[in-house]
Amino acid sequence: MAQVTLRKVVKAYEGGVQAVKGIDLDIADHEFVVLVGPSGCGKSTTLRMIAGLEEISDGEIAIGGRVVNDVPPRDRDIAMVFQNYALYPHMTVAENMAFGLMLRKFPKDEIKRRVDNAARILDITPLLARKPKALSGGQRQRVAMGRAIVRDPKVFLFDEPLSNLDAKLRVQMRTEIKKVQQAVHTTTIYVTHDQVEAMTLADRVVVMNNGVIEQVGPPQELYHNPKTRFVAGFIGSPAMNFIPGRLENGSGALRVHLPGDIVLNVPESRTARYAALAGKEVIFGLRPEHLTEEKNLERPGFARFPATPEVTEPMGMETLVHFKMNGAEICGRVDPNAPAHPGQPLAMAADLNNMHILDPQSGRVL
Amino acid sequence: MSSTAASPTPFVPAEIKHGSLKNERRWAMIGAYIALAVFVLFFMIPPFHMLMTSLKSSAEIADLSGNPWIVRSPTLSNYWELLTQGNYMIHFRNSVIVTVCTVLISMIISTMAAFALARMKFWGSATLATGVFLTYLVPETLLFIPMFQIVGSLGLYNNLWAMVLIFPTLTVPFCTWIMIGYFASIPKELDEAALIDGASHIQMLLKIFIPVALPGILAAMIFAFTVSWAAFIYPIAFLVSSDQMVLTVGIVSDLIRADTFQWGKIMAGALMAALPPLLVYAFLMDYYIAGLTAGATKG
Ligand SMILES: Nc1ncnc2c1ncn2[C@@H]1O[C@H](COP(=O)(O)OP(=O)(O)OP(=O)(O)O)[C@@H](O)[C@H]1O
Ligand SMILES: [Mg+2]
Repeated sequence: MAQVTLRKVVKAYEGGVQAVKGIDLDIADHEFVVLVGPSGCGKSTTLRMIAGLEEISDGEIAIGGRVVNDVPPRDRDIAMVFQNYALYPHMTVAENMAFGLMLRKFPKDEIKRRVDNAARILDITPLLARKPKALSGGQRQRVAMGRAIVRDPKVFLFDEPLSNLDAKLRVQMRTEIKKVQQAVHTTTIYVTHDQVEAMTLADRVVVMNNGVIEQVGPPQELYHNPKTRFVAGFIGSPAMNFIPGRLENGSGALRVHLPGDIVLNVPESRTARYAALAGKEVIFGLRPEHLTEEKNLERPGFARFPATPEVTEPMGMETLVHFKMNGAEICGRVDPNAPAHPGQPLAMAADLNNMHILDPQSGRVL
Repeated sequence: MSSTAASPTPFVPAEIKHGSLKNERRWAMIGAYIALAVFVLFFMIPPFHMLMTSLKSSAEIADLSGNPWIVRSPTLSNYWELLTQGNYMIHFRNSVIVTVCTVLISMIISTMAAFALARMKFWGSATLATGVFLTYLVPETLLFIPMFQIVGSLGLYNNLWAMVLIFPTLTVPFCTWIMIGYFASIPKELDEAALIDGASHIQMLLKIFIPVALPGILAAMIFAFTVSWAAFIYPIAFLVSSDQMVLTVGIVSDLIRADTFQWGKIMAGALMAALPPLLVYAFLMDYYIAGLTAGATKG
């Protein structure tokens, strides 16, 4: 069990590609941290540097208070689960799990106890004598996790462990991973490009983009208080709507002017925050679930938002409506019983208590 | 879907289509079997002729009146004499020594070289990998004279250990090349998992990588074995006394005296010389074909 610390960590590959551009991160003991971001943002590189599989170009990584920059992977006391599982094909499931313990010269009965225990946790006891080629994808995934668990390491590292599984199994294994981590309490760093996985698993989510950390925080905080346009757009599905507009001071109240002559009153709780921006071009951000069929108009902060859907997607418990405003793609989530039909005007309502105002230049949430 | 079904395209009865496909398949099979039969016949004729000849006495071989394809009075005397008199057994032993050493040396060098070239990206590694292959393209005959000088200056002329020195220069480049290709197909995560599990580089190589890479290594091994067992040019140039000779040279120099060809013994000797490669192929082929990597990854 250990905390993990990254200080100004840089990775430059040969040829000058800076995959990681100086990141700082403190991971507490027992914490489950998820690194999330689009493809190529440097998540795997960061994880592999923590594992010791990639050299660090600059900065410092410490595990359990010990700087490990020059420590080989085998002495870092970490376990890693790979995207493609990387099971040893010539060994049985039990041998796969025991390999690390055997190298560390654990006594035979201790190895057996740990392997049996891990197999029980992961429900793979009947598979112990099989070779990996006789296992399904989900079973291989469990064995890969078992190999990590038996070691009882300081830190678990996962690199997109579920991305090779089908959708249903992925959800199932996601729960499994969470259960295992809650049972063993090992500090865990988990890489994924799937923001749903990030939200559901993490104590804290680290959103990365282009080799830097955009924001770190608990899932709910990232969701409700994103600091940048990137985070606002990346976390949440469907993504947050961004509509270019203007903030104006009119008749004593602050208003957002959007394309199509839509004028929305900024709720009183937000006026102080946005007052200085009056007269400026801004980006108005609103999540699809705050753009619904017409309802709650009597409540403060709710406003009419007329639109004509171009596409409607009935999902069962809700219907997604898509339309365009001045080139911006907008998505709303309406009640399945609402009269949403493509090409027909639909009365909608915006919940401005959850609005965001972004700076169009810097992309900061203001 | 529904629009496809409703489209007025002319309807082709399924039976006819099915039948023609089946027919085509049958003709393809018949063609394949005929081609295979011709192939087998063509390649089995020489060994068959050798076998027949090896079972004849010298008198029967010299007698040209009969059908050369059948034996009238079969005898094992050719085999017996080879095994009990003359230097055949010494040649056989020399061949085994040279080949075992060559295979061992080539495997050790080229496994490590291929691992380095396939796995460790260092400056110039790609060029080096191509370079390794290019050395294989240099014809043996070109290397002859420099080799002769080297062997001579080492005092190994007419010494079978010279072969142990020379053969790896023929086998290592190609073996390395085969293995680079095979090693590159083994997922890198396998080595990395072993390193994280606590293996040193040597343990990773011995316990994980080599067992997984075995089919590739065996392919290279078969190649090294074949080259070394069947080599002719270097042995005939560098080995002159019978006790130093290997089989390929021993048979033709001991069993042919001026224009006296001991055909029966030549054939018997060649057949027995072909036995070890046959056994090696038979044993290694299973491994060679079965990919051992199955199941390592998502599959
Ligand atoms: N060995 C390498 N040599 C050079 N550049 C590399 C190397 N490995 C990765 N990169 C580059 O570093 C950047 C970050 O790669 P990384 O694998 O960390 O991305 P990632 O966030 O894990 O993406 P993904 O979700 O696709 O796995 C990418 O631009 C990639 O092209
Ligand atoms: Mg990655």
